Amino acid sequence: MKPPSFAYRDPATLEDALALLAANADARPLAGGQSLMPMLNFRLVHPPMIVDLNRISALAGIVIGADGVNIGAMTRQRDAERHAGLARDWALLMEALRHVGHIQTRSRGTVGGSLAHNDPAAELPAVMLALDAVMIVRSAVGTRKIAATDFFVSLLTTALKAGELLVSIHLPHPPRHAGFGFAEIARRHGDFALAAAAVVVSRGGNHARVVATGMGEGPRRILEAEAALVEGKFSDAAITAAAAAVSTAVEPVDDLHAPAWYRKKIAGVMAARACRDAITRMAGQTNE
Amino acid sequence: MNDERRTIRVTINGQVFERAVAPNLLLSDFIRHEAELTGTHVGCEHGVCGACTILYESQPARSCLMLAVQADGARLETIESLAKGDALHPLQTAFWEKHGLQCGYCTPGILMTMKAFLAETPNPSEAEIRVALSGNLCRCTGYQQIVEAVRHAAALLSAARVAP
Repeated sequence: MKPPSFAYRDPATLEDALALLAANADARPLAGGQSLMPMLNFRLVHPPMIVDLNRISALAGIVIGADGVNIGAMTRQRDAERHAGLARDWALLMEALRHVGHIQTRSRGTVGGSLAHNDPAAELPAVMLALDAVMIVRSAVGTRKIAATDFFVSLLTTALKAGELLVSIHLPHPPRHAGFGFAEIARRHGDFALAAAAVVVSRGGNHARVVATGMGEGPRRILEAEAALVEGKFSDAAITAAAAAVSTAVEPVDDLHAPAWYRKKIAGVMAARACRDAITRMAGQTNE
Repeated sequence: MNDERRTIRVTINGQVFERAVAPNLLLSDFIRHEAELTGTHVGCEHGVCGACTILYESQPARSCLMLAVQADGARLETIESLAKGDALHPLQTAFWEKHGLQCGYCTPGILMTMKAFLAETPNPSEAEIRVALSGNLCRCTGYQQIVEAVRHAAALLSAARVAP
């Protein structure tokens, strides 16, 4: 229950951090520490070097521009949750953040850290898929932009290569008059989801994103559910069809938290709730 | 093995502690063993139980999920900062009067979490209190009296604010 020994570096600039990661292939970057620190305390990982990103102030911050918002990877989850500028277009992110751990973990935990860790039951990767996020990734040799759909590969695995750091997340503006919904069931508040759904819809934009998470390899867009919403013109029947599509598509396995059949069933229930909230919020917005 | 050590300066409850520490020393162990402030308790050491919660730059955080070297230059508050001599903090009075603890092991973490919570939410609903308490495990009480104690603390703190 104590971390193993390691060399510790806390560079003040991103360039220095990238140089350290390039020169030390087995070094682990440390963001908010709410996943890596427990893994160190359990000695599940033995990195020879920790590169602490917490002194790199340029990696934190939320900048809203004409084409969307850029969220620095080291932005604390609690700061994003309380950032009033996100409320109009990205309230889905704020809503989902309230389900991420607890106040004590969100005050240290970072948006980018959760995404780079990619726990299969974490909320934030699902939100990134629903919001068509683009991950901005840097290494000592250059920059890559990776769509969320390509970034989250599988259980605890992302498209990040050795020496690469997730430095910021770009969220485009959602389509006009979009509505969002987020629904989750967990054993206790703050636990990882047994099943959760994130939904974004826009009638005018013929746009639907339906993401299910908490099961199997992690979050996935359920394209059949998205098609059902758009083709059914966001009616009650369309919601029923979308929820059924989610239940059919997800592939949970039995584990000590819940049997697979239960997760399959509640994945549809969560999807239906999130769809209903999203459609209600969409309808509640004024039309031009 | 790595025998690197770093000299760090950490301000805890207004007092500066300067020590040379190994990079893998947890902040919770720095507080307990180096600063010798043993009111901060260590339960699970993997960020689940909340017993080690402190205020890190005024924000509640789990001290077992931080390295002491990360706190170089930071300001911390621990449970020892609450009482002024024999005068209990309103939170402590409220937990005493409403029997908000049995064995008391989880209490320091709960009080530090609640200090930050009530500063931000002075008049909380029961539902808000229960969400705010969700990151602190108590195996004795069943939480009922803790919730009542927090509600009582909110009232005491409000009364203290309007008192002349």
